[in-house]
Amino acid sequence: MHEMSICESLVQTIEAHARSDDFTKVLRLRLEIGCFGGVEIEALRFGFDVVTRGTCAEGAELDILSLPGKAWCFGCDTGFDTDSRVSDCPVCGSGRIRVTGGDELRIKDMEVI
Amino acid sequence: MIEIETNILAKNDGYAQENRHRLEAASILALNLVSSPGSGKTTLLVETIRKLEGRIPVAVIEGDQQTTNDADRIRATGVRALQINTGKGCHLDAHMVGHAIDHLAPDEQSVLFIENVGNLVCPAAFDLGEAAKVAILSVTEGEDKPLKYPDMFAAAKLMILNKTDLLPHLDFDIEACEANARRVNPDIAVIRLSARTGEGMDAWIDWIRAQQVVGLERLISDAEARLADLRAARSHV
Ligand SMILES: Nc1nc2c(ncn2[C@@H]2O[C@H](COP(=O)(O)OP(=O)(O)O)[C@@H](O)[C@H]2O)c(=O)[nH]1
Ligand SMILES: [Mg+2]
Ligand SMILES: [Zn+2]
Ligand SMILES: [Zn+2]
Ligand SMILES: [Zn+2]
Repeated sequence: MHEMSICESLVQTIEAHARSDDFTKVLRLRLEIGCFGGVEIEALRFGFDVVTRGTCAEGAELDILSLPGKAWCFGCDTGFDTDSRVSDCPVCGSGRIRVTGGDELRIKDMEVI
Repeated sequence: MIEIETNILAKNDGYAQENRHRLEAASILALNLVSSPGSGKTTLLVETIRKLEGRIPVAVIEGDQQTTNDADRIRATGVRALQINTGKGCHLDAHMVGHAIDHLAPDEQSVLFIENVGNLVCPAAFDLGEAAKVAILSVTEGEDKPLKYPDMFAAAKLMILNKTDLLPHLDFDIEACEANARRVNPDIAVIRLSARTGEGMDAWIDWIRAQQVVGLERLISDAEARLADLRAARSHV
């Protein structure tokens, strides 16, 4: 499952920070996940619980901030939020749009001790 | 509280950048082939190698969860191939690919094909350092695949519609499929192809050559800029 390897990358990044920023336990972790990040939030939570066992992030509270998809319309030169890669422009109805954002898979911040 | 603001896949992206620099410096064109299982990636590679008849040196990295069959099929053509067994892993990552490049040591100006694990989901998120992703969709799959897996078709530079020899037996709407791909990615190139009959193979080879030219042009303009800098420096001595 895809979310499992995302969680493994997440734990590697956290552990690298634990060494460089000198902490031993993560209490709370905030992630920013874009709507085109290709990640199921529930599967990510499940993977997080499994993968963090025995690491400094075990038991950490996981906050997931969902970021909207962003798109640009070529019909009327406007930007808008969307949750689909194939939506029509809400202003002029044109289907000639380009997705410009929403694929974020980011660690925002963490509370550590 | 510590602010991190880093990409979760930062480690992979770092390895991918390393791969990309190495490959570009040696003007090796790396193409990451992605599809569902059975769309015809290995068959297409075998036919592509035959068609190239050694005119362009080729090396192949095969990603598979367990077997080595695909690498064996490639080696039977006389081309160097390395199998990466990902086990439970459902995609190749840039670290694995970096080691595979070390082992294979592809020639300068060659084409490196990377056959990803058959899966249209996660290979979209894992940059390998390739020049382009090529999505292969066979006409035995649904024409709505680009809408079901939009992240992958958005990430691909080319979509190959394979197994067109079977079209007469199916009610696959090829125009609708192409329209769906262009809705998620207005820039995507499309080639209709049959690895079995050879239809469309010339267009595919032409596309590969065009990508090689793009890579070489970039190296040439970098080299020219460097030369201009050196000349300017000399004239100021
Ligand atoms: N009819 C037809 N069958 C094809 C074509 N290309 C591949 N196949 C068949 O599709 C099956 C899967 O092909 P393979 O190359 O192993 O797919 P992969 O899993 O994407 O590497 C094999 O039985 C191939 O012979 C094609 O162009 N036409
Ligand atoms: Mg294969
Ligand atoms: Zn508009
Ligand atoms: Zn995967
Ligand atoms: Zn290594």
